[in-house]
Amino acid sequence: MFWTAWAILSVVGDIVVWVFVGPHTPPGALTETAKSDQFDFNVLLMFAVPVLIGVWMWLAFAIRFWNVKRGGPDPVGGEAARNNKVAQVSWIGITSFVVLFLAGFGTWALVVDHGSGGGEGPNPVWSPAGAVKAETAAATGNSSWKVGEPLVVQVIAQQWRFTYRYPQFGGFESQQINIPAHTTIVFNVTSLDVIHDFWAYQLGVKADANPGINNVAYTETKGTGSFVVRCAELCGIWHGGMFNYGKVLSQSAFQNWASSTEAANAQNTKFLPAFSWTYYPSANGAGGGYYPAGNLTPYSPSETYGSATPAS
Amino acid sequence: MTISAERPVDVVAGAPSLPVSKVSWTQRPGWVSQHLGTAVVMGFLGYVFGHWLGNYIASGYTYVQNTGQNNIADTLALAFMVLGWLLGIGALNYPLLKIVGREPAEEEIPIKHWSRFFRFSLDHKVVGLQYVVGVLLFMFTGGLLAMAVRAELLSPTFHLFSADTYIKIVSEHGTVMMMMATSIIVGPLGNYFVPLMIGARRMAFPRIEAFSFWIFTAGYMVIFAALPYGGFPTGWTGYAPLQTQAGPGMIGYLLGFAVIGTGMIASGFNIGVTIINYRAPGLTWNRIPVFVWSILATASLLTLATPVLFVGGFLGLLDKTVQTAFYVNEHGGSAYLWQNLFWFFGHPEVYIMALPGFGIAGELLPVFTRKPLFAYKVSAAGMMGVALLSFFVWQHHLFQSGINPDMRPLFMLTTELISIPTGFIYLVGLGTMYKAKIRFRLPMMFVMALFFNFLIGGVTGVFLSDVPVNVTVHGGFFVLAHFHYTIMGGLLFAFMAGLYYWLPKMTGRMMNEKIGKWHFWTMFIFFNLTFFPMFFIGLLGQPRRVFEYASNLQGLNDFASISAFLLGVSFIIFAFNLAWSMWINPVKAPANPWDSLGLEWQTASPVPHDNFERIPVIMTDPYRYGEPDAPAFADLGVAVGSNSHEA
Repeated sequence: MFWTAWAILSVVGDIVVWVFVGPHTPPGALTETAKSDQFDFNVLLMFAVPVLIGVWMWLAFAIRFWNVKRGGPDPVGGEAARNNKVAQVSWIGITSFVVLFLAGFGTWALVVDHGSGGGEGPNPVWSPAGAVKAETAAATGNSSWKVGEPLVVQVIAQQWRFTYRYPQFGGFESQQINIPAHTTIVFNVTSLDVIHDFWAYQLGVKADANPGINNVAYTETKGTGSFVVRCAELCGIWHGGMFNYGKVLSQSAFQNWASSTEAANAQNTKFLPAFSWTYYPSANGAGGGYYPAGNLTPYSPSETYGSATPAS
Repeated sequence: MTISAERPVDVVAGAPSLPVSKVSWTQRPGWVSQHLGTAVVMGFLGYVFGHWLGNYIASGYTYVQNTGQNNIADTLALAFMVLGWLLGIGALNYPLLKIVGREPAEEEIPIKHWSRFFRFSLDHKVVGLQYVVGVLLFMFTGGLLAMAVRAELLSPTFHLFSADTYIKIVSEHGTVMMMMATSIIVGPLGNYFVPLMIGARRMAFPRIEAFSFWIFTAGYMVIFAALPYGGFPTGWTGYAPLQTQAGPGMIGYLLGFAVIGTGMIASGFNIGVTIINYRAPGLTWNRIPVFVWSILATASLLTLATPVLFVGGFLGLLDKTVQTAFYVNEHGGSAYLWQNLFWFFGHPEVYIMALPGFGIAGELLPVFTRKPLFAYKVSAAGMMGVALLSFFVWQHHLFQSGINPDMRPLFMLTTELISIPTGFIYLVGLGTMYKAKIRFRLPMMFVMALFFNFLIGGVTGVFLSDVPVNVTVHGGFFVLAHFHYTIMGGLLFAFMAGLYYWLPKMTGRMMNEKIGKWHFWTMFIFFNLTFFPMFFIGLLGQPRRVFEYASNLQGLNDFASISAFLLGVSFIIFAFNLAWSMWINPVKAPANPWDSLGLEWQTASPVPHDNFERIPVIMTDPYRYGEPDAPAFADLGVAVGSNSHEA
């Protein structure tokens, strides 16, 4: 009776969760990456529900029926109460099977989804088509973006804001992040000071921003929409205030925004350091002097901003 | 396995009791001796001396003159404070006398004076009770900080604290609680009951044991010294470069972990050696109580994982004082080094904070179900399996950090594998409850709550270990809820079960059942109401350790905060119960109030100085409940009251 009840409740629970909860689980379905992460989350939920129901039912049974108040004979000890080969072998077998299955499934999801939006470090092993080519071209600082090709966005974190740099649009910098729909996006995440984390919730992207390291994450956008970017790694006192909003625009709207921003910023962009995967804010950045005080003249730009060659 | 009943049994008459005048002056009752007061004085003098020394050495250094901040003085001050504290309490008498070639005074003398609780005592029972007070002090201060955190999070925009103060409160709360949790069961209950449960007269290294307690208290002072130094902003994880950037409060964190780490290594080493070598004749590996198994697994983790933390903290101190660059990327170091060192310790530590809880659950279940422990060998294998695997999972904390991505499937696999041995504990627990005759006394209620809470913590752990899901949940309130469910929902509930169960043996007084029930229900209900909403807060996108958050999450945050305050009330009820049952209205405990077959209940109450009049001989395995004609667990050689065996 216990097992029948458990089976029925589990099936019902799984159906209810899949149908009513599943579509609303994070991180939503704004991008292919997010959708895939959400699918993964829901698969885990499908396994979690029967486990929770099973153990809770067992505890409830124990409280209700197997207590001293109900009287009955004393429990009998001995070998039968100590071991039950069927129960032990099947418990270990089933948990092992579930665990190995979930590890395999997680690996599969990670690989087919190009790292699932997680930061893969400077040398990614799971890249979408064309991403590496676009990135290599972007490193030269004079490639440009065409509709349908991957877009490279550099995320530069610092205490306590994100700056976005678009190498395929002359390397302009913006406090605003807009990306085109139906496009592969390559995020190159780095930091100027401490460790931050670029967490674009609705995009299904999360990558630590380490100073001096280029952390690469991918996402594939679908339709248009908006998303929020938060810092998810403690970075000092205003960690909680380090967020901004971004938009997934249609490809033509993005093209317009990026081109006009590039043109509007051209006179400033020429003062920026050459495009590079990592930047150091000062030649002797460690040990307290994180920002040169107002005047950059003692430092050459290349010394000030570090190497111009990709870390990979 | 030989049941070595034939082995020569060490028979010792009652402990020697010298007249007070023969006792070494350091231990003699009265002010002229070594006690907490001399420790305080010596600690203060050590602090002053260390500060002077640091200034003498380093005040001419360029970076000290440029920044106006002498980290060397701050570090040496705290280090000499610890040294002075240990000297003052007498923890170093023995090695120092040995160094100068003198034979230390005989210390095997029981001094039945209340002041022994304020001294460097070699009696594991005194150390156990000292630890009870120590961890409760730790826990209540950490809890007060938690109240402050939840009070700040009542509103996304209206602030009680400045952003700076807030992050320092969060960091202090996390660090204090993590330090406390490493010792909360091993310290009080492990030290007190392991020798009693394995039939030993004492610990293998009583001086190391007492040292571990007194350096634990020194660690408490060092970590709180971080606050007057300006606090530290890094959370309990202390990530570089934020660590490098932080002010002198960071020294309290780094040195605090190094100091408390020393105590953890000492305590683990002593308890591990004791369990392996001091078991009574006949107590073979498949007869030792499951609580002892859990403490053995924990002790091995304490001994093997903590040195890595010590080294991590030490390298950080070098970075901050003598300008090395272990964690400074720009100068050839790596911030990843800290992350790896920290989590290589940090993940085994998570199991240091889970295994003793499993042990208590396994130990108490047979007593309250009146059944033998189901699948004893599986439970021992589960604990040792968890301990072993815990060394191979640390990089799951770094899934998004940008380190080598092809390690990810491997660490996802090892992390998920660890749920197999953890599942063993559930097999054991649920199997023991099967068709039992459960008596819902307070300890059992806490054990049931542990199984309920830890399940939620464990299942959400699988979500976190899955890399694609980790992208969403890493660094958010989901993680926070997960580890509060495992540590607080598991370990702390187990600690409470253990206290309600064993305090009658430790103090000879029963805890009040009625107030205890109030404590249990408020704690259980409000624990869940506090932390369950946090899963949703995290899934809706709130990062950890934030000062301001999205306004649409205020409802959930307020709900969690108010529940947290009521959870705080449950701890006040507990404190009241403790005061009520121990001092205000003490009720004498029966010799064996729970009808346990455990060896610790078979010896006299209060426990004699040497625990057993004769080393017991273990006759059978420990959980023969439900067998009316089963032999007694141990042959104590003498009649010790009416409670020798009950089925």
